[in-house]
Amino acid sequence: MTLVSIAGLDVALDGRPVLTGVDFQISGGEIVTLVGPNGSGKTTLMRSVIGAVKPAAGKIWRKPGLRIGYVPQKLHVDPTLPLTVGRFLSLPVRFSRFETRAALEQAGAGLLFDRQMSELSGGQFQRVLLARALLAKPELLILDEATQGLDQPGSAAFYRQIETIRDETGCAVLMVSHELHVVMAASDRVVCLNGHVCCHGTPEHVSSAPEYRALFGSGTQGALALYRHDHDHSHESACGHDHARDNSHGTAAE
Amino acid sequence: MSLLDSFLIRAALAGLGVALAAAPLGCFVVWRRMAYFGDATAHAAILGVALSLAFQLPILGGVLICCLAMAAAVTALSGRGHGSDTILGVAAHSALAFGLVAVSMIPGARVDLSAYLFGDILAVGRGDLAVIWGGGAVVLVLLWWRWSALLTTTLNGDLARASGIDPEREQRILTFALALVVAVAIKVVGVLLIAALLLIPAAAARPFARTPERMALLAAAIGGGASLLGLRLSWMADTPAGPTIVATAAALFALSASAAGLHRSRRAAKGVSGG
Repeated sequence: MTLVSIAGLDVALDGRPVLTGVDFQISGGEIVTLVGPNGSGKTTLMRSVIGAVKPAAGKIWRKPGLRIGYVPQKLHVDPTLPLTVGRFLSLPVRFSRFETRAALEQAGAGLLFDRQMSELSGGQFQRVLLARALLAKPELLILDEATQGLDQPGSAAFYRQIETIRDETGCAVLMVSHELHVVMAASDRVVCLNGHVCCHGTPEHVSSAPEYRALFGSGTQGALALYRHDHDHSHESACGHDHARDNSHGTAAE
Repeated sequence: MSLLDSFLIRAALAGLGVALAAAPLGCFVVWRRMAYFGDATAHAAILGVALSLAFQLPILGGVLICCLAMAAAVTALSGRGHGSDTILGVAAHSALAFGLVAVSMIPGARVDLSAYLFGDILAVGRGDLAVIWGGGAVVLVLLWWRWSALLTTTLNGDLARASGIDPEREQRILTFALALVVAVAIKVVGVLLIAALLLIPAAAARPFARTPERMALLAAAIGGGASLLGLRLSWMADTPAGPTIVATAAALFALSASAAGLHRSRRAAKGVSGG
C-alpha cells in the first residue's frame, strides 16, 4: 500500500532551486534510504514528505490520516526549558507511564525516564527521539541522520534496531544517512539524490550505478559487500568499514 | 457595600489577574527567546492608546489592533537581511516614539501619559477589573487548550508538523495571547514594564522546575506573590505601584538565582569530596 507519493516535485529555498522534478514513493513496510552529497536536498525531500515545505511545483500525496514518526537530524532543547524525558515522550499526545517506559525500553533507553533532556548524551538523545517517534505507532518512520554522534558500532546497532522495529511493527522507514555502507545494508531500496533523483533501486544496484559512483566513488562497494556478508560485526569487518569510509568521504568532498 | 468598593482590593485583584495570565505566557516568551518580541508588542500599545483616544475607541480595542499589527509587521520584515534583534529594536522604539508623538497631537484631551507608561493600578475600576480578568481568562484558556501543541512547536517546528500540528498557527495563537496580555496589563504596570511581568516570574521559576508545567505554575505563583507584595510595599512606602511590583519580582528573581547558585556549588562541592 502506498503511503506517500511524490510526483514532479520542485522545491526552491530562498529562491535557490533545491529539488527539481523529483518522483518518489514509499509503501508500507519498506526501508528506503536517501543518500547524496551535502546540499543535495535529502533533508528538504524529507521535510516535503512531512509537509513542512511548500513545493514550487509538483504533487505530494499522503495517505489520509497517515501516522508519521519523525526523528529530526538534531533537536535543540533550550536550557531555559525544563523537560524530563518522560514528559518529552508525551508531546504532543499524552501516553501513560507504562506506554512511555515500554517505548524507551524498545528504543534501548529504559533508564532515562526521569532525566532532563538537556543532560543526555548524543546517543541517548537519539534513542529518546526514536522512542518518541515509536509511541505514535507510526505507519511511516522518518529518520534524518539519526545516528549523528554515534560511533560506528553504535550506529550499526541503531540501524539493526530499526530493522527489528520494522519487522515487529510493519512500519515503513524512510531515512537519510551519510554512513552509506551501514545504512544501505539495512535498506530495501536506496534513492540517490543530487537535486534530482540520480538513480534508485536495491542497494546493490545503486552502489554499482555509474551515477552513484560519480558522486561517491567506488570505495563503498567493497565495504557494503563485506558488511552484508558479515552481520556479526567482527573486528576485521569494522576495520574494513573504516578504510572504506575514509575513502568514500574523501571522494565525496572533492 | 461590597468588597470591590475598596480601591485597594480592586488593585490587588487587578495585579493578581494580570500576573496569573502573564506568567505562563511569559514561560513561552522565555523558552522561545521572544523577549524582544514582547517588548516590541508592548511598546506598540502606546500607539494603540493614541489611536483609541483619537477615534474614541475602547482602549482595549485600539491596543489589540496595534499589537497585532506590530506582530504582523515584525514577522513580515524578519528574514530580509536584518538581524531579528535589529528589526525588533527598530520596531519597538519607533512604535514607542510614534505613539508618544501621536498622543501629544490629540486635540483637546489632556492625557496623563505616565498612567499609560507606568500604569495606574490604584485607579482600576470595576469595568477595568472585568476587562483584566476576562482577558486573562481568555489567555489562560487559550494556553490550556493549545498547551501540548505550543510546547511541541516550541521544541521543533518539523517535529510539530510530523504530528499534524501547524507551527505557524501556534505562533499566531501565542502572538494573539501576547497582544491580549499587553492590552489588559497597561492599566496595571504600563507599557514600559509589561515585558517585565512576562519575563521575570518565568525566569525566577526556571531553577526550581523539572517540567514545563511546573515552571508555568511556579511562575504564576511568583508573579501573583510579587504583585500582592509589591502593592503592599508601594502602599507602605508611598512609591508608584507598577514599578514597585516589578521591583519586587526582580528581588524574587535575585533570590531564586542565588538559591540556585548556592545549590549548584553545594552539589559541585559534594561531587568533589565524594569523588
